[in-house]
Amino acid sequence: MQQFPCPFCGLRDEREFHFAGEAGKPRPDTTQPISDADWAKYLFYCANAKGASHEVWVHTTCQEYFVMTRDTVTMAVLGTHALHEVPA
Amino acid sequence: MTRHFSTFSVIREGLKGHTGWAPLWRSPAPKDAYDIIIVGGGGHGLATAYYLAKNHGLKNIAVIEKGWLGGGNTGRNTTVIRSNYFYPESTALYDLSVRLYEGLSKDINYNVMFSQRGMMVLAHSDAEMEMAARTVNAMQLGGADAELLDARAVQKKAPVLNFRDDARYPIHGAIFQGRGGTGRHDAVAWGYARAADRLGVDIIQNCEVSGFLIEGGVCKGVETSQGLIKAGRVGVATAGHSSDLAAMGGYKLPLHSYALQAFVTEAIKPFMDTVAFSPMTGSYFSQSDKGGLVIGGGLDRIPSYGQRGNVPVQETVLSGIIDMAPALAKVKLLRHWAGIVDVSPDSSPLIGPSGTDGIFINCGWGTGGFKAIPAGGYLFAHLLATGTHHDISRPFDPDRFQTGHLIDEASGSGIAH
Ligand SMILES: Cc1cc2nc3c(=O)[nH]c(=O)nc-3n(C[C@H](O)[C@H](O)[C@H](O)COP(=O)(O)OP(=O)(O)OC[C@H]3O[C@@H](n4cnc5c(N)ncnc54)[C@H](O)[C@@H]3O)c2cc1C
Ligand SMILES: [Zn+2]
Repeated sequence: MQQFPCPFCGLRDEREFHFAGEAGKPRPDTTQPISDADWAKYLFYCANAKGASHEVWVHTTCQEYFVMTRDTVTMAVLGTHALHEVPA
Repeated sequence: MTRHFSTFSVIREGLKGHTGWAPLWRSPAPKDAYDIIIVGGGGHGLATAYYLAKNHGLKNIAVIEKGWLGGGNTGRNTTVIRSNYFYPESTALYDLSVRLYEGLSKDINYNVMFSQRGMMVLAHSDAEMEMAARTVNAMQLGGADAELLDARAVQKKAPVLNFRDDARYPIHGAIFQGRGGTGRHDAVAWGYARAADRLGVDIIQNCEVSGFLIEGGVCKGVETSQGLIKAGRVGVATAGHSSDLAAMGGYKLPLHSYALQAFVTEAIKPFMDTVAFSPMTGSYFSQSDKGGLVIGGGLDRIPSYGQRGNVPVQETVLSGIIDMAPALAKVKLLRHWAGIVDVSPDSSPLIGPSGTDGIFINCGWGTGGFKAIPAGGYLFAHLLATGTHHDISRPFDPDRFQTGHLIDEASGSGIAH
């Protein structure tokens, strides 16, 4: 069983975590007209990176969302930080 | 050298000590240029090359595979073939595939062992029976065969399933597709490879594509571990690795890659002669000709390119199997593995232009593209040869993510891939 580090609770069982999506994908500015292509990009398209991937995860036990960087090939966790923190 | 399989050639070779069989395909060095290059030597890539040569008369074609043929998901899957989907677009696509599978062994002179033993999707409550009736109606309207079985009919077909009073998921009935079944996965890859090779297609293994040659925004070839190879058009059929190729080709895809696991048990006596799937547990199994039970289930929970599964999902899949057929609790597992599958937002495949001129894609089959190999190859060949969609592949163009015409089979047929 793999363990993931929650920035708030520390190392916990992988079953307590849920993958929410790729990080760094701001919602388009809905006060301006948005093209279908831009909506599609926001809603559906992703990098699906092989190797280092920046992702938003939720720790279902404490309900906090956070950013986790993982290597999607080795499954190693490369770092986590709270959503409001900028990584060093 | 004997190339064609027939009773006569088998007897003749038997008498000669099987010394005269020719290799099934050549292993040529890549030429400098091809009209069409297919990246990915899985079922979809090989079938595409075959239909390009057979249906469209193209001769100057190469399939480029980084490892060995079928070493991706095609040789790792649980081989269920069926067309029990909800939307008419899906039925048209997957039923074309089942029909092509029905004639495939003859067409390519290679026994793909398509065994139409039927497939049951179990229903575990009255409400699920109503949804099952809806699916059966949709399938019949789309022209695919489907039958609604009551509990007694399910028990007759598969007495080993859990009909105990204390069953966690009591069986109320099933959607049954009699023309569904299983095939031999390696044979599909090898059979298409051999048939394509005979029509002049160059199959190049151990050759990894590491980039695309793009000139003026148009793809003119691929960079590989065996050097630059030019191409008029490039078709990419690399399943779980499609986003990797997209990053090289300057286009994006709406895909997530996940590990999907499978299991095989020790061989046991004939146990069940159909395929059984429980949407409640997400697990399914069939019995191979050797007697081993071939077991599959849901996706891993975490996007991944690591070709191995995670333990929580193993527990879920296997406990689901024991719920379905408690007698299997003591059967030992022999092997377990995973493949990397490409999951799209609406659980339907993507066939169409990539977004970079000259590159076309066939991907997004997720957990269910083995059944679709003949149709995927047939339709992708049409697209690559003519530059335009066949009517059946048109709805599966990636432009549906902009127009909103999604083909959402995850909610439509409840089959999550
Ligand atoms: C455990 C499991 C069970 C499954 N069960 C079923 C089932 O019961 N029924 C069903 O219909 N489907 C099933 N599937 C899904 C099915 O296996 C796939 O959808 C299908 O095989 C995809 O075929 P493909 O040819 O597109 O991809 P693949 O067979 O994966 O072929 C892609 C090829 O591309 C090659 N490649 C990747 N990158 C490069 C590169 N850079 N250069 C050159 N080559 C490259 C890979 O090596 C690979 O051989 C299952 C999948 C898995 C993993
Ligand atoms: Zn936490």
